[in-house]
Amino acid sequence: MSKIKCALIGSGNIGTDLIYKLRRSAVLEPVWMVGIDPASEGLARARDMGLKVTSDGIDGLLPHVAADGVQIAFDATSAYVHAENSRKLNELGVLMIDLTPAAIGPLCVPPVNLRAHTAKLEMNVNMISCAGQATIPMVYAVSRLQSVSYAEIVASLSSKSVGPGTRANLDEFTYTTSNALKAVGGAREGKAIAIINPAEPPMIMRNTVYCRTDEAPRAQEIIRSVHDMIAEVQKYVPGYKLVNGPVFDGNRVAIYLEVAGLGDYLPRYAGNLDIMTAAATRTAEMFAEEILAGAIQLQPVKVA
Amino acid sequence: MFDPHSLKGRKVVIHDMTLRDGMHAKREQISLEQMVRIATALDEAGVPYLQVTHGAGLGGNSEQHGRAPHSNEDYLRAVTPRLKRARASVLLIPGLGTMQELERAYDCGARSVHCATHCTEADTTRQHIAHGRKLGMDTSGFLMMAHLNTPEGIAEQGRLMESYGANTVYVTDSAGALLPHEVQARIGALRDALAPDTEIGFHGHHNMGLGIANSLAAIAAGASRIDVSSAGLGAGAGNTPLEVFVAVCERLGIETGCDLFSLMDLAEDLIWPMMDHMVRIDRDALTLGFAGVYSTFLLHAKRAAAKTGVPARDILVELGRRKMIGGQEDMIEDTALSMAKERGLMQ
Repeated sequence: MSKIKCALIGSGNIGTDLIYKLRRSAVLEPVWMVGIDPASEGLARARDMGLKVTSDGIDGLLPHVAADGVQIAFDATSAYVHAENSRKLNELGVLMIDLTPAAIGPLCVPPVNLRAHTAKLEMNVNMISCAGQATIPMVYAVSRLQSVSYAEIVASLSSKSVGPGTRANLDEFTYTTSNALKAVGGAREGKAIAIINPAEPPMIMRNTVYCRTDEAPRAQEIIRSVHDMIAEVQKYVPGYKLVNGPVFDGNRVAIYLEVAGLGDYLPRYAGNLDIMTAAATRTAEMFAEEILAGAIQLQPVKVA
Repeated sequence: MFDPHSLKGRKVVIHDMTLRDGMHAKREQISLEQMVRIATALDEAGVPYLQVTHGAGLGGNSEQHGRAPHSNEDYLRAVTPRLKRARASVLLIPGLGTMQELERAYDCGARSVHCATHCTEADTTRQHIAHGRKLGMDTSGFLMMAHLNTPEGIAEQGRLMESYGANTVYVTDSAGALLPHEVQARIGALRDALAPDTEIGFHGHHNMGLGIANSLAAIAAGASRIDVSSAGLGAGAGNTPLEVFVAVCERLGIETGCDLFSLMDLAEDLIWPMMDHMVRIDRDALTLGFAGVYSTFLLHAKRAAAKTGVPARDILVELGRRKMIGGQEDMIEDTALSMAKERGLMQ
């Protein structure tokens, strides 16, 4: 079966890890990686793995899009340059999966709302943040049962797994994730907190989810819903697991999670990297299956 | 350890933490009226800087860190118009607080900020420090849990903060774990690394009884700003007690500009009566210092102990072993639950 050809924009941790995820896919094939530093480790690795590479940024890729049949691009650069990258590629009919906090397209958490996006043929979908991917399924697991007035999440990340882009823009991470707890998680208010822990050996990504329910929490139903949702996430992130909880304290529900990665580019502690790249890959696969089946056709987006 | 004559005539800027770190010791429950009374008393006693926010700073009101009865903006709006000389400051930990919140604090009268991060993660504070300076605020880089980095490492992190615009860099002994010679080594390394006009600060916790001694060691090594709190009201066994520190400074000839007897009265008449528990070195607070655990974890661990039956000291030692850092308060209940399961105390 033919595969949908993909380009990776950004040669940091996320872009490099995506190469491994896409190579395992039955419907996706990574063919290009775009960087801005000719000496970057990501570009060297991509070249070794048979991808075409450019260190001239997005403009180095554009002339090759048609000839090489690129249909899906993953942007793992920064919120500041994403809009421009997306505009240029959408004009050529390339679907954009956005892994920056730019969030100009609709927000996507695969087990919660992916179907809705493929049905509408969105040309830009945003993957929110690693913490968003790890925690929003749990908020939704509660909010699909009863109304949640407030959701708060705490993501603990190992220092080695957090790249310079995220470090320089923690506020973007906070705003984008907080907003998604409402928009996708279904809570009326949202707050996201990130902690970067330098312990050696590096700690595995941890996430704590607090939900405040309007009515007394329906404990047995919530426990079942949480376990069902964990099984859904485990389909693409096998290391996603419940450590403690749900703990019920008045109207507060606390859920303690751990996310171990597959150990592709960074070791297993970097579950934050994995859950982001795995969710993006799963999103792209869903679109790719529809394209291959002839159910949807990507069209160039005309910009006025 | 140091030559007392070398301290004579030195000027030290006191930065009071009663209404920020002290919030931790009060489970974030300090009223607006108490805030105003204490702040005006500190101002009248000549304290030049006082911090006013939730214990975890801007963005602190949360499930993770507890909820204060009022917003940070409300506290600042109540306090800042009443100050005659002192400047109000805020704590900002990137990942929890944001630049939007810093702007709102500025609009409410805050004119100084501690931009805080774990002592190895200075590069997460770049935007926030730069923004504080852009607003015209007195801006400190605040390297927390400083016992977890070497003197050379602290110097390197401090240089980053200085490059982002910090006019002061703090060695922050959040766990009250540093011994005087370790404080001296870290402050000395910073002094060598930073420009002469960049100030150095020390923020101590009294978990090993060393708040005063460590502050003196810091001054001897080149620090000119010292964080304190009235009667030591603060996380763990509290901060360096303000009135005691000022008394010691007077004896040594260090100039603080503060009136000692007014500060004694403030501690005795206002702060001691409002304590919910004796802020002192009980076995759990001592464990914080001994095991190198974030001081704010103290009351959380006591609560988790009551809930699970695992002693607070055991929980704290385990948190130290797992290398948990400031901000990871969620891991206290999580760790206690896991320990309780292992011990057969819970299912």
